[in-house]
Amino acid sequence: MALKTETFLVNAGPQHPSTHGVFRMRFILDGEVIQDVEPVFGYLHRGIEKLAEGLTYSQDMVFTDRLDYLASMTNNQAYAVAVEKLAGIQVPERAEYLRVIMAELMRISSHLMGVGFLTNDIGAFLTPLLYMYREREKILDLFDMVCGQRLTYNYMRIGGVSQDIPEEFLPALKKFTDTLPRFIEEYEQLLATNEILLVRTKNVGILTKEAAINYSTAGPVLRASGVKWDIRKAEPYSVYNRFNFEIPTATKGDVYDRYRIKIEEMKQSIIIIKQAMEQLPQGEIQAKVPKVLRPPKGEAYGRIEGPKGELGFYLVSDGATNPYRLHIRPPSLLNLTPLRELVIGVKIADAMAIFGSIDICMGEVDR
Amino acid sequence: MTVELQATEVAAKLEAAFPGCTIESSGNTIVIKDEFALKAATFLKNAAGLDFNYLNFLTATDYQTYFEVIYDLVSLEHNHKLVLKIKLNNREKPELASVTGVWKGADFQEREIFDLFGINFTGHPNLKRIFLWEGFQGYPLRKDFKQ
Amino acid sequence: MELNNQPQPEVYSDKILDKTEGEGVEFVKQQHQIQIEDPDSWQNEESNHNFILASADALINWSRSSSVWPVNAGLACCAFEMISTASSRFDISRFGMEIFRPSPRQADLLIVNGTLTWKMAPQLKRIYEQMAEPKYVIAMGSCAISGGLFRNSYAVVPGVNKIIPVDVYIPGCPPRPEALLYGIQMLHKKIKKQRNFEKRKSA
Repeated sequence: MALKTETFLVNAGPQHPSTHGVFRMRFILDGEVIQDVEPVFGYLHRGIEKLAEGLTYSQDMVFTDRLDYLASMTNNQAYAVAVEKLAGIQVPERAEYLRVIMAELMRISSHLMGVGFLTNDIGAFLTPLLYMYREREKILDLFDMVCGQRLTYNYMRIGGVSQDIPEEFLPALKKFTDTLPRFIEEYEQLLATNEILLVRTKNVGILTKEAAINYSTAGPVLRASGVKWDIRKAEPYSVYNRFNFEIPTATKGDVYDRYRIKIEEMKQSIIIIKQAMEQLPQGEIQAKVPKVLRPPKGEAYGRIEGPKGELGFYLVSDGATNPYRLHIRPPSLLNLTPLRELVIGVKIADAMAIFGSIDICMGEVDR
Repeated sequence: MTVELQATEVAAKLEAAFPGCTIESSGNTIVIKDEFALKAATFLKNAAGLDFNYLNFLTATDYQTYFEVIYDLVSLEHNHKLVLKIKLNNREKPELASVTGVWKGADFQEREIFDLFGINFTGHPNLKRIFLWEGFQGYPLRKDFKQ
Repeated sequence: MELNNQPQPEVYSDKILDKTEGEGVEFVKQQHQIQIEDPDSWQNEESNHNFILASADALINWSRSSSVWPVNAGLACCAFEMISTASSRFDISRFGMEIFRPSPRQADLLIVNGTLTWKMAPQLKRIYEQMAEPKYVIAMGSCAISGGLFRNSYAVVPGVNKIIPVDVYIPGCPPRPEALLYGIQMLHKKIKKQRNFEKRKSA
């Protein structure tokens, strides 16, 4: 008797515990092996680029918080860098150092969530995630001290930052950076030599160096495939050229390497924060910017290194109070482009691990 | 430090390879004619000394009489960048060749421009709406879109 | 998607799946332009229960309100404040809601947090219809209450109460975990006032 098999369609729908947000994948399966996948986006498309043309430049800062809602400080910084490049505004020194401290704290928080949700998807249901939430709550307490919010800060302004730090901020920050390395060691003890994690992540989802460059990926995904490209060293913005830090890279480009890079980047961020705390000068926190800003005619592209990759804002101005065109370069959408090539031919459980290691945020993919 | 190349030198090399393709070049921007999009992209990626192997982003703008498509190209080896612009004058049915054969990262970004502006990219493997649903009338990011 | 040069069966074709989804979205958009009334009117009516039914009521309501199981329709930023509420600092399991069910058929509370777009609206309505009675809905955050910051956009539903009826509204952008816990306590008070032995007046 001849056996006949058929392929069938399975929908990992928009409401799903493993997809990070509202993301839909249509799999065509043969048993458990994936033959084809089609990602469907747009369930969180809010039309930010069109809404931004109806508000002024300083009012548009609130939209940038909601883009990558796990890393609001770096979104604010990217938009401020772009507008300052367009209008030719110089930011005072104390504001630059404060921006660097907030951005590096944000990077630690976002990588904690990235690693936590990756281990959540692999099967260690909630235990490493709750350990990492403990550190993230301390970071959110520091942000609460500075600007009063836990998730969408709106802290940076065009030309500086909005408020100065209170006196209890620096001792609390010093205590945090002194105790964090011990906690990262605790995570290493839990996870780094764990057999199940090694078997499920090594040699899974290998992205070669040429493919990573051709697909326009950026951030930890590009660095895990062997390309040493970081905007903080390639085109230094703010005061990053005054700090000594390294850029970790890996060679193979599998899921284990992307997880490893995030842990190493957290250690480098602690080094940057310690240097910034020592060099913090006194002074003003905001440059003199007119109440209603009318930049000269022209266009500019300002970019920073966010936790998920290169985040850039492309602005076109025609001399009015509102931008004529605002375009956002979304690192999460471009890191998702090789998903189809990586996932074809593996089993569904591996596909969820690969998807979790790319670490996307749907607010940025759909905008 | 990323160097912004002088566009006039690169434009001279492009003219030597494909005569008649550049319209103007100033600062770090080159404007070329739309028939030469694919040929110029392949040349810029493979030419020795230029090596633009990384497409940073790809977007479009609507200036009421014409559309403008912008390619931002980076070379990771030499750490320099260039901006390439193409103007499309046909507002009823704008069309352009797709560069997904050259840089695969252009896939989703060209679908986004088709969804929000209506520019058709010939040669794209899977051109359909990405953010809005099938059956949505109109193209939202055009300046004459009424809700 | 063509595999091994064989044409796919019609039901799997991309074009047909996209077209049916688009038609569903347009249908929901035309049908749901008016706000659905909040299911609150029963609270003002007089009850004519005797002592036995009233104490049976109290027992049933106490047991229902002490273990409400949520399904999370976590759409956007507010979802992370809900996850923070569920983790160890602002513990939600002391209120009985420890288990977040992934499937709506096993849950009785739908917490909508984040912006709802017209493309997602049919899916949310489907999740609500798959839940069994008695079911409750909390709208968390200003995007779920009224569209929030994105109200003028071409693709955003101006408020979840155009699609499904809502019991408790929690304002904030995003609301702090303490605010979510206060909203859950208000929901418990509402459940404790229910009368279970009368016919429901409306669906």
